[in-house]
Amino acid sequence: MAIKKICGIETEYGIVHRGTTDPNPITASSILINSYLSQLSRSGGSAHGLPTIGWDFEFETPGVDARGVADWDAMPPEVETQMVNAVLTNGARYYVDHAHPELSTPECGDALSVVTFDRSADVIAERSMRAADALLPEGQSIVLYKNNSDGKGNSYGCHENYLLDRNLPFGRIVAEITPHFITRQLFCGAGKVGSELGLTAEEVPYQLTQRADFFEEEVGLETTLKRPIINTRDEPHADPQKYRRLHVIIGDANMSEVATFLKVGTTAIILAMIEDDWIQRDLRFADPLHSLQTVSVDLSLSSLLKLASGQFVTAIDIQRFLIERAIDWSEHHGFESVGVVAGPEILRRWQATVDGLATDPSSLASTVDWIAKLRLIDGYRERHDLSWSDARLRALDLQYHDLRPERSLSQRVGLETICHPEAIERGITQPPDDTRAYFRGACLTKFGDDIVSANWDSLVFDIGVEPLRRVAMMEPSRGTAAHVASVIESSNTSAELLERLGS
Amino acid sequence: MPEREQIRRTPTERTESTVDDAPAISEAGEKLKAELDDLLDEIDEVLETNAEEFVRSFVQKGGQ
Repeated sequence: MAIKKICGIETEYGIVHRGTTDPNPITASSILINSYLSQLSRSGGSAHGLPTIGWDFEFETPGVDARGVADWDAMPPEVETQMVNAVLTNGARYYVDHAHPELSTPECGDALSVVTFDRSADVIAERSMRAADALLPEGQSIVLYKNNSDGKGNSYGCHENYLLDRNLPFGRIVAEITPHFITRQLFCGAGKVGSELGLTAEEVPYQLTQRADFFEEEVGLETTLKRPIINTRDEPHADPQKYRRLHVIIGDANMSEVATFLKVGTTAIILAMIEDDWIQRDLRFADPLHSLQTVSVDLSLSSLLKLASGQFVTAIDIQRFLIERAIDWSEHHGFESVGVVAGPEILRRWQATVDGLATDPSSLASTVDWIAKLRLIDGYRERHDLSWSDARLRALDLQYHDLRPERSLSQRVGLETICHPEAIERGITQPPDDTRAYFRGACLTKFGDDIVSANWDSLVFDIGVEPLRRVAMMEPSRGTAAHVASVIESSNTSAELLERLGS
Repeated sequence: MPEREQIRRTPTERTESTVDDAPAISEAGEKLKAELDDLLDEIDEVLETNAEEFVRSFVQKGGQ
């Protein structure tokens, strides 16, 4: 039986520091995050003492490979401990990664919750820009873009994470989820003008995804060089005997809430099906990288792709088959593992979207980013009679992802919303109540002054007497509101809380 | 067997819904087109003033 698909998203935002002759993205990212944190602190809200809480790196092991062998040619990513690194009361992590501000949502119980916290993250990013601009000298400002490429060959990621059963053989995960990663681009691509693989505007005027150009391996440990379709980082941030965390690096950052919902929701369902051994067909591609890039540049959505079995299929064929299997799986297993509310909604939208792609893709202009963006850019191009290599079209592409409401184009193209505005606002400061993020967020809110450091799987308390106390949270589905809300509420001090928890 | 029924059911539903929704889709299509025209009328006020310079100077360090 599939385990609960606890999941989350990490977004690296593109950053531009305007009005300075010597912009430095690392400095700008630090200014951005520190401005937000000090504004929180000044407002005296629930983030009391927050800026001093650091991230705890003790158990971070991003270089461990899920295949169980260390590849000495591979360069494990370096963790930069000296940079800004904060934990928010909603259970999220907000930090500088490489040369970008990055926001990781808290662990969420289903895809609906992930979309809400992803939107809350965007609002945090927007408020951070405003906080930074208030502190910067006159004429300077920091602007964020929720995209994945600068159009010049530099990419930054939007990663997803899913909790998996450790008993599932890694080879089967690779074989059975890769076909989805190659074909889900159809509805979760964010769209891009041109190619970053040296192809001309005549050859590739526009493609479905931001990221497909940057993948060079099928399976591997890297995330910044020679990016693989399947990332093997084996760092579960949970009991390693019981769990894996599938770290998905291939997705685009979406502006459309429906696209984020489908990206996470369909992937969660397929991973649950893999755990229940419900795919039951060899869908491996003969040449996964070639197929990935073929799907991304094929606006007709009809290219024939060769499977390892020798059969030829379209990306839509693969999606239709996966939907059929998902319906069958849900009839046998129910939606417990992916959420009883979210599950049927994922299936309904998944079917409607793939049907729309097969019959009239333009009908999806309010839900699928690459279609919404293409409609806008193509309309502009026709009106002004521009060629696809015109800089104005690339400017529209970038501005689709601008997080400033006064400049954002994605906020003007009529995208459907599915998150309740109050839930988005609540998600800025309050954690989800159905995962261990609740414990992290609630403790930071109430006992923030006593928390020395935090991590995905632990909190370290200073209760005034030696030694520091580490509370381990190795079970992502424990520490929920149902488990700990009353004990946190009824504890007056952190010492009392720890005593009641038996730590 | 259940799987085969499922495969048969899906295309039937699709055909029916296509027929039912046909007028709605074209209405929605008209509305979308009108909205796009309105947006294109106003977009120059929102766009970065020097597209060439904006695109040229948008350079990011590679990330993950």
